[in-house]
Amino acid sequence: MLKQMEGSRAVAEAVALCRPEVICAYPISPQTHIVEALGEMVKEGALASCEFINVESEFAAMSVAIGASAAGARSYTATASQGLLYMAEAVFNAAGLGLPIVMTVANRAIGAPINIWNDHSDALSQRDSGWLQLFAETNQEALDLHIQAFRLAEELSLPIMVCMDGFILTHAFERVDMPTQEQVDAYLPAYSPRQVLDPDEPVSIGAMVGPEAFMEVRYLAHAKQMEALKLIPAYAAEFKAVFGRDSGGLMHTYRSEDAETIIVAMGSVLGTIKDTVDEMRDSGHRIGVLGITCFRPFPVAAVADALRQAKRFVVLEKSMAIGLGGILAVNVRMAVTGMGLKGYTVVAGLGGRAITMKSLHALFRQGEKDELEPVTFLDLDWKAVNKQLEREKAHRRSGPVAEALLRDVGIVGARNY
Amino acid sequence: MSFQPVKFYQTGTFTVGNRLLPPEERSVQSDSKRFNSINSGHRACQGCGEALGARYAIDAAMEAADGRIIAANATGCLEVFSTPYPETSWQIPWIHSLFGNTAAVATGIAAALKVKGKTGTRVVAQGGDGGTTDIGFGCLSGMFERNDDVLYICYDNGGYMNTGVQRSSATPAAARTSTTPAVGAEPGNVFGQGKFLPAIAMAHDIPYVATATVADLRDLEAKVTRAMEIRGARYIHILVPCPLGWGTASHDTIRMARLAKETGIFPVFEAEHGEIKSVLAIRRPLPVEDYLRPQKRYAHLFGKQPRIDVIAHLQAQADRNIRKYGLQARKGGH
Ligand SMILES: Cc1ncc(C[n+]2csc(CCOP(=O)(O)OP(=O)(O)O)c2C)c(N)n1
Ligand code: SF4
Ligand SMILES: [Mg+2]
Repeated sequence: MLKQMEGSRAVAEAVALCRPEVICAYPISPQTHIVEALGEMVKEGALASCEFINVESEFAAMSVAIGASAAGARSYTATASQGLLYMAEAVFNAAGLGLPIVMTVANRAIGAPINIWNDHSDALSQRDSGWLQLFAETNQEALDLHIQAFRLAEELSLPIMVCMDGFILTHAFERVDMPTQEQVDAYLPAYSPRQVLDPDEPVSIGAMVGPEAFMEVRYLAHAKQMEALKLIPAYAAEFKAVFGRDSGGLMHTYRSEDAETIIVAMGSVLGTIKDTVDEMRDSGHRIGVLGITCFRPFPVAAVADALRQAKRFVVLEKSMAIGLGGILAVNVRMAVTGMGLKGYTVVAGLGGRAITMKSLHALFRQGEKDELEPVTFLDLDWKAVNKQLEREKAHRRSGPVAEALLRDVGIVGARNY
Repeated sequence: MSFQPVKFYQTGTFTVGNRLLPPEERSVQSDSKRFNSINSGHRACQGCGEALGARYAIDAAMEAADGRIIAANATGCLEVFSTPYPETSWQIPWIHSLFGNTAAVATGIAAALKVKGKTGTRVVAQGGDGGTTDIGFGCLSGMFERNDDVLYICYDNGGYMNTGVQRSSATPAAARTSTTPAVGAEPGNVFGQGKFLPAIAMAHDIPYVATATVADLRDLEAKVTRAMEIRGARYIHILVPCPLGWGTASHDTIRMARLAKETGIFPVFEAEHGEIKSVLAIRRPLPVEDYLRPQKRYAHLFGKQPRIDVIAHLQAQADRNIRKYGLQARKGGH
């Protein structure tokens, strides 16, 4: 059914349609609306046979999900940013134990400086945790990916993060096609765990593993993610058959068939990128887009195929490997190893900095002419940065950086121009 | 099992004469058909109080739950020595997740059981004092506060034993650990620090809190059994001497636990909804010195120049326990 609703509400309703059995939550913006909605559904009885647990931290949230999942319950939680880092030890543990928990990450920057706005630093900090990571481009895709995620997680016995841009998606009211319970039931079978804590068949889970087998256990986790590379497109195809929509999959290409320059990105910024590309196409530029939906496992072969015809690619990412450049870019480069493509990294939109079509036009044109630096920081305020660098040279006790910058910039509140 | 008739009468001993009791009152451990939830062959040190405490507690819980227990276990000695895979000592479904999240994992298991209508299966969480009083305290307090249907058992050996005997917030004052060495003017652990978790558990107003030691098998079993009659958050704190960390003889584990109780160092009581309901009175009052002297972790108190001041300080702590919990020996014995 077509509905106009907030992204968070859409995700909450989709999760509810998946018949979760244990939901644990700890509040953090911009994830809160999702778990508030689910909490209300459980409390009013709309979500039958589901336990909603208000925990005391994200570390506990993930740990409750671990226990519930190991005891055979379909388990869900959601978090963002500091919350994801606070639960990090349990995030790795859930993956190591092979528990098919689904978690929404409402992507938000990581502090310090504390910042509630969107970028992808949180999810990408956990890229090697063993979780699958899917990135939604739109609210519709966010909703759809959750339904696919439960199916995929439970088939593989691996946890999945569904990542959606904080505020930009979570708080945006958009039209979504909300599936029916019958459709979801037809697509998503009941959870049949591979391992379960059961007095009738006692097992020990979580034993210490030494050098004699640790590498093999780790390799098997990798092998499962490789398996996911086949399952994800297959499940997306089945999804289309049941729901009549293209959603999910490993990636989406856009106007890239004859493109010389391909822009690679993840998440909602793809909308702005596509609009820019449309305008450039209208004036004869051979430019296209590769939107990565599945960041873990990273679809190396598919990315290579998608970029093969191009002369260059520009990775535009809302994340940063401090001391190196990009995170997504490094992954893309891995995929095109030996292909002789020119590649550029653009770090953009950190902490909610707006990524405008105006900036993208200029950036992409520079890219086409191979005039980009290996790493570009889009719309960085160089004046402010240089002023601080000078201050640090001049005074030993130059004081806290963030506060000095805010003073220099002189704008109170978030600058979202 | 056939029961032996009474052959002789024991006096002057603390051992409980099982043979003097009718079969239904005998201890779980005395039954040859006990569950052996944590089976032999594990890798604990000889005389490990934690291994003994876990065996007593989990077997009693199994007895009370008709063999339907799921356990969550914190990282620590118990976890490491019980699961040297491909061997596991656990005859019950058992999960180890992390060091600091055991109470929350147990909450998750309990929630899953509730939602699936399997309320006949009960959940026990267990961890060492470090995993309970320090790193796992947030999750534990959350579990208490929500009154989740979990019995949490803390095996208190007074330190981080698994990592080589470091200080925890349950390490007693003056005790030597590898991070509170017996050097300097005030050797050993600092006075005025640390916390007594049973009291904090009581402050959560949870339905049941108890302390026990491995020296009193029947008392320990009775408390686990009582805890299993109740739904909601329950906490049992068991003092489990550690021969390695305490520097005591393996055969002295029970004796050390008993001395801790008899000197007033460790109060043994039970409480419901924050109110103390019973205490195990001291039977034969003893000075703390009797408890301290056999332990190498207190050896620095008994050197060439004995630290009478420190011993007196510890005696004052024990006396305070005795007053606070009403542990005074009662005339006519137990
Ligand atoms: C997050 C984390 N920090 C530290 C450790 C290291 N560690 C493992 S067991 C342990 C000590 C356990 O002490 P306690 O809980 O008292 O149990 P015991 O071994 O004494 O029975 C420590 C410090 C860990 N595994 N995880
Ligand atoms: S170190 Fe202590 S607690 Fe650990 S196994 Fe040995 S005796 Fe038991
Ligand atoms: Mg300990």
